[in-house]
Amino acid sequence: MIAHIFEDLCDGCETCVSACPTHVLDAAPGGGAPVIARLDQCQTCFLCELYCPQDAIFVGPDQTRAETIDPTAIRASGLLGQMRRDHLWDAEAGALEPLSEYWRLGPFLMGGAQIAAKRYASRHERAKATDPK
Amino acid sequence: MTDHELETDVLVVGGGMAAAWAAIGAAREGAEVVLVDKGFVGTSGVTANAGPGHWWVPPDPALREAAIEKRLQSAYGLAEKAWAERVIDTTWRTLPQLAAYYPFSLDGDGKVYYAGVRGPEYVRALRRYAVDLGVRVLDHYPALELLTHADGSVAGAAGYARLERRAWTIRSAATVLATGGCAFRSGLIGSHTNTGDGHLMAAEAGADLSGMEFSTIYTLSPAWCSTRTLPYTAARFFDAAGAELDIPPPMSDSAHHLALATAMLAGPVFADLSEAPEALKPILRRIQPATIAPFERRGVRLFEDRFEVKLFGEGTIRGTGGLRVIDDDCQTTVRGLFAAGDAATRELVVGASSGGGSPNSAWALTSGQVAGVAAASLAATEGRRAGDRVFGQGRAGLRPRAQPAPIDEESAVKAVKDEMLSYDKAFWRTQTSLQAADTRLNAIWDELAGHRLADGLDQVAARETAALVATARWSTRAALSRHETRGLHVRADKPNLDPHGARRLLVGGLETVWTRFETPVRQALKPELAI
Repeated sequence: MIAHIFEDLCDGCETCVSACPTHVLDAAPGGGAPVIARLDQCQTCFLCELYCPQDAIFVGPDQTRAETIDPTAIRASGLLGQMRRDHLWDAEAGALEPLSEYWRLGPFLMGGAQIAAKRYASRHERAKATDPK
Repeated sequence: MTDHELETDVLVVGGGMAAAWAAIGAAREGAEVVLVDKGFVGTSGVTANAGPGHWWVPPDPALREAAIEKRLQSAYGLAEKAWAERVIDTTWRTLPQLAAYYPFSLDGDGKVYYAGVRGPEYVRALRRYAVDLGVRVLDHYPALELLTHADGSVAGAAGYARLERRAWTIRSAATVLATGGCAFRSGLIGSHTNTGDGHLMAAEAGADLSGMEFSTIYTLSPAWCSTRTLPYTAARFFDAAGAELDIPPPMSDSAHHLALATAMLAGPVFADLSEAPEALKPILRRIQPATIAPFERRGVRLFEDRFEVKLFGEGTIRGTGGLRVIDDDCQTTVRGLFAAGDAATRELVVGASSGGGSPNSAWALTSGQVAGVAAASLAATEGRRAGDRVFGQGRAGLRPRAQPAPIDEESAVKAVKDEMLSYDKAFWRTQTSLQAADTRLNAIWDELAGHRLADGLDQVAARETAALVATARWSTRAALSRHETRGLHVRADKPNLDPHGARRLLVGGLETVWTRFETPVRQALKPELAI
């Protein structure tokens, strides 16, 4: 769930208030960093982070409960802005194409399933071979 | 005039791919289009968090024939060949149109890869395309109810703008519902907003549904956070004592999930991804970055450590049921009301099976455009009828039958989750278990419809709860009425296919839920209507 908005990084643009699909955030009455108003509606989709141009939001990994984090440790971890960097949304023109590896998703899904199928078959052949009956 | 009251040719309700394609389809026909979404068009719904692959078959008659035949074989007699042809062809011609908005790259053969698109970039592209075509997009504008004319035809919708905190009314000549399926608040990534709102609104206006019994389907994820499934297909599974479980491989049939559910009913199950394809490990981040975060931020090494997993219900998202469409235009039984994407029944293309991601995305893309084009055409011929009186159709949560009283809504949602998502109830349906669910859900419905009265922002939650309960009732009653096992509908007490069961099962009603089997033969699709 969303755990923290870093007030010093936030420029109050309120992009996240709008981008959150489940209405977790309220704009602060006097401007500035938005308020986490309905944490129970957070589905841990990380999309507020992706949409935050200031890298000011940190979403914790657990969707089942509220998480307390240590802001100093998070800041030092290098994880702020990870979603946006990984999605290459701010990449310069001519840099790595954001979706150049995306076509491999299908083959990898099938490849994994084939590994599982082969393992299952050989396990059952072994079981048959050692079955005293 | 403010956003409190608007008037348009076509109103689209929903914010995922089907809604966006509907708006695009209508706007290209020259209609004035307003799109309202409960959340934000770009992050709302399951597509924005996913990576939809589309059914992608080149226009070679032999290849297409083979693809359709294969699909029909798993449809259990409930799909239609003409719809499958239309969906494949429309998808093939449509996706390349997004090139100005989506950064398509090359595949391994040096060809532009169109078939699969990543969720956040895809819905962002659809939004930009729609806006460029003149669509007015209103985010955080949940619709609460449909409006009808005195003759019963749909006249628009009313709702509540949740950032602006004010009510709105939009009059329209035609309305498209693309509000998604319903995952019964399972926690499935992206599905928090998928509460069946469109099903409820449409049913109040007189529409019915089809295929709601085909709602038992799950996705594997770490127990603490629902993600996409790319890294898990080669997983080995272990029980709490560290003994390896004998789980059939995925993508064969339902045996994989049945075995996992059986194990999970006995105790926690752990996955080990060390045997995932080696080449995937270093580039997963380039393909599905959001799948990594729940591990990285918890200190779990994705491909090395064992971690607990569970199954997240997909309900009618990857299940097939939804609003029944009665013609080639995706119109519902209510004049002026169209349905698209997961909000509509997908039986037309996949029958009683899920179809997996790719026919589902192709259906959302196609039905969205079909509905949008037809809505624009209806608007052009019938006009807006702006002077006519209209009537709000919303009931539970808005206009209770009796004296308003406090309702324990949290318990209502909990009961829906329990009845619809518990592995034992979902995978091993019986007459007895379904009847118990039906009784429990009916009692909750009577409370909600009888006494729940909300105002302001609270209306959104009240209507979501009502929609969840209503959708659960339709699924349960449909499951009770189909006395056989067919595709996604598995009855432990009726394990065989009924030779006369290849008929669609319709369900509807609010105070009293009804079911009936559709006459087997539907009107054939007219070939000249392919868009």
